[in-house]
Amino acid sequence: MPSYKLTVNGQAHDVDALPDTPLLWVLRDNLKMTGTKFGCGVAQCGACTVYMDGSPLRSCTMPVSGIGSSEITTIEGLAGKEAAAVQKAWVARDVPQCGYCQSGQVMSAISLLQTNPKPTDNDIDLAMNGNICRCATYVRIRAAIHDAAKTLEG
Amino acid sequence: MNLQHLKNAVANTTLSRRTMLQGAAGLVIAFNLPTLAKGQTAAAPADGKFAPNAFIRIAPDNTVTVLSKHIEMGQGPYTGLTTIVAEELDADWSQMRADGAPADNKLYNNLAFGPIQGTGGSSAIANSFDQLRNAGASARAMLVQAAADQWKVAPGTITVSKGVVRHAASNRQATFGELATAAAKLPVPANVTLKKPEDFTLIGKEGVVKRLDSTSKANGTAQFTIDINEPNMLTVLVAHPPRFGGKVGSVDDTEARKIPGVVDVKTLSSGVAVYANGMWPAMKGREALKITWDESAAEKRGSPELLSEYRALASKKGIVAGKEGDAEGALAKASKVIEAEYVFPYLAHAPMEPLNGFITWDGEQAVAKYGCQFQTIDQGAIAKVLGINPEQVKIEMLMAGGSFGRRAQASGELVVELAEAAKAIGPGKPVKLVRTREDDIRGGYYRPMFVHRMKGAVENGKITAWSNTVVGQSFIAGSAMAGMIKDGIDPTQVEGSRELPYVVENFQCDLHTASVGIPTLWWRSVGHTHTAYAVESFIDELLVAAGKDPVAGRLELLTKDKSKRLAGVLKAVAELAQWKGPKLANGHALGVAVVESFKTYVAQIAEVSIGEGGEPRVHKVWCAVDCGVAVNPDVIRAQMEGGIGFGVGHILYADLPIDGGRVVPGNFDGYRSLRIHEMPEVEVVIVKSTEKPTGVGEPGVPPIGPAIANAMAQLGVQRPRSLPIVPAKGTV
Repeated sequence: MPSYKLTVNGQAHDVDALPDTPLLWVLRDNLKMTGTKFGCGVAQCGACTVYMDGSPLRSCTMPVSGIGSSEITTIEGLAGKEAAAVQKAWVARDVPQCGYCQSGQVMSAISLLQTNPKPTDNDIDLAMNGNICRCATYVRIRAAIHDAAKTLEG
Repeated sequence: MNLQHLKNAVANTTLSRRTMLQGAAGLVIAFNLPTLAKGQTAAAPADGKFAPNAFIRIAPDNTVTVLSKHIEMGQGPYTGLTTIVAEELDADWSQMRADGAPADNKLYNNLAFGPIQGTGGSSAIANSFDQLRNAGASARAMLVQAAADQWKVAPGTITVSKGVVRHAASNRQATFGELATAAAKLPVPANVTLKKPEDFTLIGKEGVVKRLDSTSKANGTAQFTIDINEPNMLTVLVAHPPRFGGKVGSVDDTEARKIPGVVDVKTLSSGVAVYANGMWPAMKGREALKITWDESAAEKRGSPELLSEYRALASKKGIVAGKEGDAEGALAKASKVIEAEYVFPYLAHAPMEPLNGFITWDGEQAVAKYGCQFQTIDQGAIAKVLGINPEQVKIEMLMAGGSFGRRAQASGELVVELAEAAKAIGPGKPVKLVRTREDDIRGGYYRPMFVHRMKGAVENGKITAWSNTVVGQSFIAGSAMAGMIKDGIDPTQVEGSRELPYVVENFQCDLHTASVGIPTLWWRSVGHTHTAYAVESFIDELLVAAGKDPVAGRLELLTKDKSKRLAGVLKAVAELAQWKGPKLANGHALGVAVVESFKTYVAQIAEVSIGEGGEPRVHKVWCAVDCGVAVNPDVIRAQMEGGIGFGVGHILYADLPIDGGRVVPGNFDGYRSLRIHEMPEVEVVIVKSTEKPTGVGEPGVPPIGPAIANAMAQLGVQRPRSLPIVPAKGTV
């Protein structure tokens, strides 16, 4: 089995995996980082969202052989003021229900605020509509993103 | 789920009669102090924790852990059950924790189910309220006694507040943690006094109780079954037949075994299992299998064929499930008969975490870890496969990534497959059975397809007759719960339609049960998923024909004694939405519906417009709920929001067409799920009540579909008769 050098959350890892193994399963099975979730396997639900060089990526359809020297960030490696604001807002609003999709929701929300610190409802719709929540916690996701934006305003 | 008769199910599980009787005895004790007979001493567990009863563990570090007999799959029981204990214990919320209770139907049976441990029917809070109040009060009394003994003062002079036990006169105080060891040596009190509701500081209060699981779910550390990684564990995927009822004919696993990481391939009763080191090799291995399926006994009909059959049945009278007056006579005499047919598709639950499970088996004992919803039934099912006693099966209940009814299996199909996978590979090899989204959506156990045929008559502004013929499958028939069927009627098929909350002089509801080889199951709010739509759409249509306002017209008919709380929530929602009639100045319209399910009363008003391509857009939903004493108001609001979103998504978009016995969609690209831009704004009012608390996990779902449909009717479009309202593109 081929070996790959990956940088995940700032740390270098050597992993042995089939070349077409999606990054999701490398993270979960090889590196035992289970915060990133499997929901669909076809980039439809967003539960597996990570960052590749800072941009959101559906890790379930990205083969490990295509990562190269790109830096991967998972929910375990979050840092920065947007991450802190979003996670605080998520808890304050009690957003999660079953919680299974929430890693992906949080990753997408942080990414939105990094590029657009004061999103409108429409901006939130565009940035978040790739993340399915079967519990339909959408009302609170929207409210929490606005809360986090206010926190960032200072 | 309507599980009031689930206790009958036990007769067909592998539980012995002796177990049942023990369970029944456990029930009686469970009302008071489950682990101990009165007067016995609460033994301190080896870890030094104070365990006054089956539900409470107080540690020297001052944390109080409530063992939840109900699974946390999003509806908030971990928080709710802990709130009840904390209230009577006078604990500080910050010291409270929750964890899953082990499988033990003597200690942790659902009092609504009898001797069965399980979660469903929106019953977690309802069946636990008195039980956990007693458990909390008892633990509090023992902590107070321990302090009284240490300080040599009378227990009556000691107060407890926010987790601090205090004797004011001598200015002494102690935490629960400091008293835990001493309290553990005391006898369990025979009687305890519960708080007066007016003294509650947590139950029903806003802003003081936060969900216990929000932090771990916002930072990815919450543990689900799919996250289990144990040494030497194999990941198992099972290839299932493409049609329900198909069986494995022959298997060529040569190519599958060549995939690096694939360890073994075994044939199970449900399909062919691939064992691998990790998910990807298992997926590739499964794809490389060459299987010939024996489809001689498989169901080969698809949705169009079933619909024709159901329609033919609906034109004939079925077994009468409910009757008042003479509906047939009144309809025959009516000057005009209004008719409507409603068609409901199969629906998948599609919880975000597809079903899965972990098991380890040493040949004698099994330990299963997963999002277990029916402990007692699963325990029996695993034991039967492994040839051991149910008591030798330990189950660790983990949080589950949603369920919506899917994990509550009378058949135990998931754990049967899990146990067979463990048995086939042999003892000492832990396995994690995982299903993909396609396995989930194409795997059956759906909300059954239904057809409702309605006839009504209106004379002089009054509804004079109503008949409703229901056609659909019964998931109760032939299952372990078949005892629920009385006089040919499976109550889950007609709950909500066999009796109207409205006064209609001549009424009839009859039922045809179709026999189809597609496995079906309860789905969040069970029969109400279709009966509420049929009843609340049709009453609206008849009220319009009678020239009545949808709200005032309903209130005029909600005069039965049992309809009082329905009228209450209807008035409350009309007030919240400032209802002045269904048509709004901005060109939008309002639709209303009011439904009782699982003893909880919910009314909703939906503001709808018709957008591009004729697709309805739901802008806002107002919701009033009466669930008795509101234990956690914010969790109740969350369940209404989520229930509404779940309802909107399925009523508008979800379809599961079946083509020649094969399920067409396999993932969220074909089985459309609600997304954030389609979610309406939601405003919820909780009607104040002193009635016993009832559940909120399901009751938010039923009213929203008909509320949307009723608004659409006011916008001049055809009342939606066939669901989903928005048909999928490019499917059969």
